Amino acid sequence: MADKKPLSKEFTKGLIAENPVLRLVLGTCPTLAVSTSVSGALGMGLAASIVLICSNIVISALRKIIPGKVRIPAYIVIIASFVTIVQMVVKAYAPAIDESLGVYLPLIVVNCIILGRAEAFAGKNGVIASAVDGLGMGVGFTGALLAMALIREFIGTGAISGTQIFPAEYAMIIFILPPGGFFVFGMLMAVANKLAESKGKPKAELHGCESCPMAASCSLINTGSCEESVKEATVR
Amino acid sequence: MSVNKKLTVSASPHVRSPHTVSGIMLDVIIALIPSLIAAVVIFGYRVLMVTLVCVGSAVLSEYLSRKVMKRHQTISDLSAVVTGLLLAFNLPVSIPLWIAALGSIIAIVVVKQMFGGIGQNFVNPALAARIILLMSFPSAMANWATDSKFITTTATPLANISVPSEVMTSFAGETEELPSLLDMFLGLHGGCFGEVCSLALIIGGIYLVVRKVISPAIPLAYIGTVAVFMLIAGRGDFEFVAYQLLGGGLLLGAIFMATDYTTCPVSFKGKIIFGIGCGVITTVIRLFGSLPEGVSFSIILMNLLVPHIERLTTAKPFGTPKKDKKAEKAAKKAEKEAVKV
Repeated sequence: MADKKPLSKEFTKGLIAENPVLRLVLGTCPTLAVSTSVSGALGMGLAASIVLICSNIVISALRKIIPGKVRIPAYIVIIASFVTIVQMVVKAYAPAIDESLGVYLPLIVVNCIILGRAEAFAGKNGVIASAVDGLGMGVGFTGALLAMALIREFIGTGAISGTQIFPAEYAMIIFILPPGGFFVFGMLMAVANKLAESKGKPKAELHGCESCPMAASCSLINTGSCEESVKEATVR
Repeated sequence: MSVNKKLTVSASPHVRSPHTVSGIMLDVIIALIPSLIAAVVIFGYRVLMVTLVCVGSAVLSEYLSRKVMKRHQTISDLSAVVTGLLLAFNLPVSIPLWIAALGSIIAIVVVKQMFGGIGQNFVNPALAARIILLMSFPSAMANWATDSKFITTTATPLANISVPSEVMTSFAGETEELPSLLDMFLGLHGGCFGEVCSLALIIGGIYLVVRKVISPAIPLAYIGTVAVFMLIAGRGDFEFVAYQLLGGGLLLGAIFMATDYTTCPVSFKGKIIFGIGCGVITTVIRLFGSLPEGVSFSIILMNLLVPHIERLTTAKPFGTPKKDKKAEKAAKKAEKEAVKV
């Protein structure tokens, strides 16, 4: 199990090898939406990271109390509480960021990364490991967002974080539009795959039963027959 | 031994066609030359400069990207030249040269080579590049201003008129402000420089059909569909239909872009469906969309549907019995039930 891994590994896996956005392809909706500007990406990344770390800690601490059958509603309540706190803090101290993020700030509640980590990691591991996992995933998410936002804002508007580098008339506006977002996303995924593979890691996919979000309730765990049963279910 | 000498044993295919990729591409280039000459006459020598920049950067980026990816060189098949030419034809004459070069690089590197090079691109590279440029530099791509002497010396000063958008949005009542139909046909109006001269485009199209490079199915289905729908929209006004057919990039798109081998269906039936689809989307964008022109978008959208069109129109192998749909359904049902049990 993952408990036995050194803590540093729990942190570094979130950076590239299991980067939530570029390798696990979770949380793509906020990624594409807020990565048009560096400040928005930074705000979103930080807010989501704080929620992720806090919810990971609490969920991990309560993992033996929460009954398996109602764990998803329980997780959502915990996540929503932290999102509300973060939202109130951002509204109070950084109203500009709140305005630029708009609906995506409250939508962190349904961010797949946070629920995914709660299901895949925090619900099964100790508090410290979960906190480190949340930190690593948060840094990975923020890093991916920042990389995308840097490229998109620089090429799309000629500026970085609002500072004009080259005249806006030479900027390719398409990069801050959705097609440019998908294009940069695809390119970064390719780069992340290349980097992760050069370290001998397999391509982006779920690694066996442990990382499956259904693992906790799965009756076929570690029997290896999960995929076949899924196939059968779809045939029916 | 003597038998062996007479009998050449070679691998299939044994039936060969005289068509080669470079031969076809050369035919397309020849077919585009009348339009190029017309554009130079109408808009001046800057046309040649833009075309040269587009073709040059297309060929160069094809060469470099093949080299970087360590694949065999394909610049001698002339497809990059055609892409560069078609992209140039889709640009206004006032386009800054660096935008033209950037467009070629996008067409070749992003749209063509990243998907595997010639024969592998899923949309037409020149059109995709044009759309990316259109969305990236909307003001430069819609700057129809020209210092052409030819146009300013005609009776109506058309030099700075943004003809395409006006042609598209105008209904029959406003025709007196528009160039005459003859001017539209000869290309004496504003627009992207490769699309204005309908006469030269039609000459090129006829050449391609005669040389059997393209089948007339797609252009005819495409233009016919637009004509029918515009006739309905214009309440039977043939002048309005003529402006719609001659204006904008319809002829260039229908003859040269929609017929791209890689991105159009193989079968005749598929070609007709493809052409009608392009026509419907073009009409809808022209009449109801916020953009004045819809040819490039319609072709790109239909390009994306080509795999599905192909699947629907696969030819039945010769000699096979007719499909019995009832029996097939029954077999499927039985299979499902067997799985359930």
